[in-house]
Amino acid sequence: MFVTAAYAQSTTTEGAETHDAAAGEVHTETGVAHEGGHGSGVFPPFDSSTFASQLLWLAISFGLFYLLMSKVVMPRIGGILETRSDTIARDLDDASRSKAEADAAIAAYEQELAAARARGNAIASTAREAAKTKAAADRSAVEASLNDKISAAEARIAGIKATALADVGAIAEETASAVVEQLIGGKVSKAEIATAVKASAK
Amino acid sequence: MAGDKVDPTHQFMVNKIIPIEIGGVDFSFTNASLFMVATLVVAAGFLYFTTSKRSLVPGRMQSVSEMSYEFIASMLREGAGSSGMKFFPMVFSLFMFILTANMIGMVPYFFTVTSQIIVTFALALFVIGTVLVYGFYKHGLGFLNVFVPSGVPGILLPLVVSIEIISFLSRPISLSVRLFANMLAGHITLKVFAGFVASLGTLGALGIGGAVLPLIMTVALTGLEFLVAFLQAYVFAVLTCMYLNDAVHPGGH
Repeated sequence: MFVTAAYAQSTTTEGAETHDAAAGEVHTETGVAHEGGHGSGVFPPFDSSTFASQLLWLAISFGLFYLLMSKVVMPRIGGILETRSDTIARDLDDASRSKAEADAAIAAYEQELAAARARGNAIASTAREAAKTKAAADRSAVEASLNDKISAAEARIAGIKATALADVGAIAEETASAVVEQLIGGKVSKAEIATAVKASAK
Repeated sequence: MAGDKVDPTHQFMVNKIIPIEIGGVDFSFTNASLFMVATLVVAAGFLYFTTSKRSLVPGRMQSVSEMSYEFIASMLREGAGSSGMKFFPMVFSLFMFILTANMIGMVPYFFTVTSQIIVTFALALFVIGTVLVYGFYKHGLGFLNVFVPSGVPGILLPLVVSIEIISFLSRPISLSVRLFANMLAGHITLKVFAGFVASLGTLGALGIGGAVLPLIMTVALTGLEFLVAFLQAYVFAVLTCMYLNDAVHPGGH
């Protein structure tokens, strides 16, 4: 198309020279094969006799390729990519929603925990208070009963002491009258002795 | 036959497989046609079967298909904006077709579809034709703004406009020749160095020792050619995006 005969000729010569350098002795042989094989001496890509066939088959194969690409393959790949990005977006959405839910659950849990702790503290302190008051009440009851027993004991001691002291006077009177009888031999009236005992006991 | 193996241009020969002639024009099914169909089958088959499971978590192969899809999508969005996305199937098809054709061409004895100037030129014309048709359909004569960059002083305008017109007209040529020449030159270079290995190998012990150097070169060039095969498909797609940008936003230089 853009190739003048002269250019084609020079290209052929160049090709032949390269070829010559590559393998000297087979030049003529190849040259003959070349000429005979195609019927013209032009450099193969510039051989216009093949153009019509190449254009036709290019149109057929590339046209078919284009159709396959635009109707089958590209919508399919585009669909795959779109499905993937949709899925990823949806998964990310799901993930962020799940994260929000988890955060909410954690917050609720924390709140619940704090409430439970406060309730626990309250229960513990009321229990402590109750125990304290009960202990105090028990102690005062015990103390009261002990005090009663002490005062009863003290009263009994005082009674015993008084009777003992009273007995001491009688014994002293008897002893004194017996002593007086032994020493003096006469009878002394009871009243005198009692008076004397009382006087000496003072 | 020995000669065929070292003739660096032999690999670009188009041979008839099934001769077809319609109205005196040769529409034969050739080896070029065969590899065009192979490109179609390989590229479409790969993209179709790797995505057939529609896995939510992609496997290795499905990732490759998805990555090429997103790669072209982002390229087009950056190049031509979101309003250029209506050309996504076109750019994606072009990229995958050229890439697959280039890669298939890297297999020894396989024909490289994109090493034919008529093929790359047809693809480039398809791109420029789309730009022209869509540009005029969408913007009417306003599409001619594409030749008038904003902010140019009036006195320079004729010069700048003529340069813009020439650059626009040369686009299909540069677009097609770039891909064609890269593939052609790479394959010829590979063939020449591989030919050195073969011809030095026949020269006895010394020759075999000497053949190591071109062999290393051939291996290195093969790696480079794979890079070029990808890069040219990428460049074609990027430039397509840029040209489509003109069709979508004619004044927006």
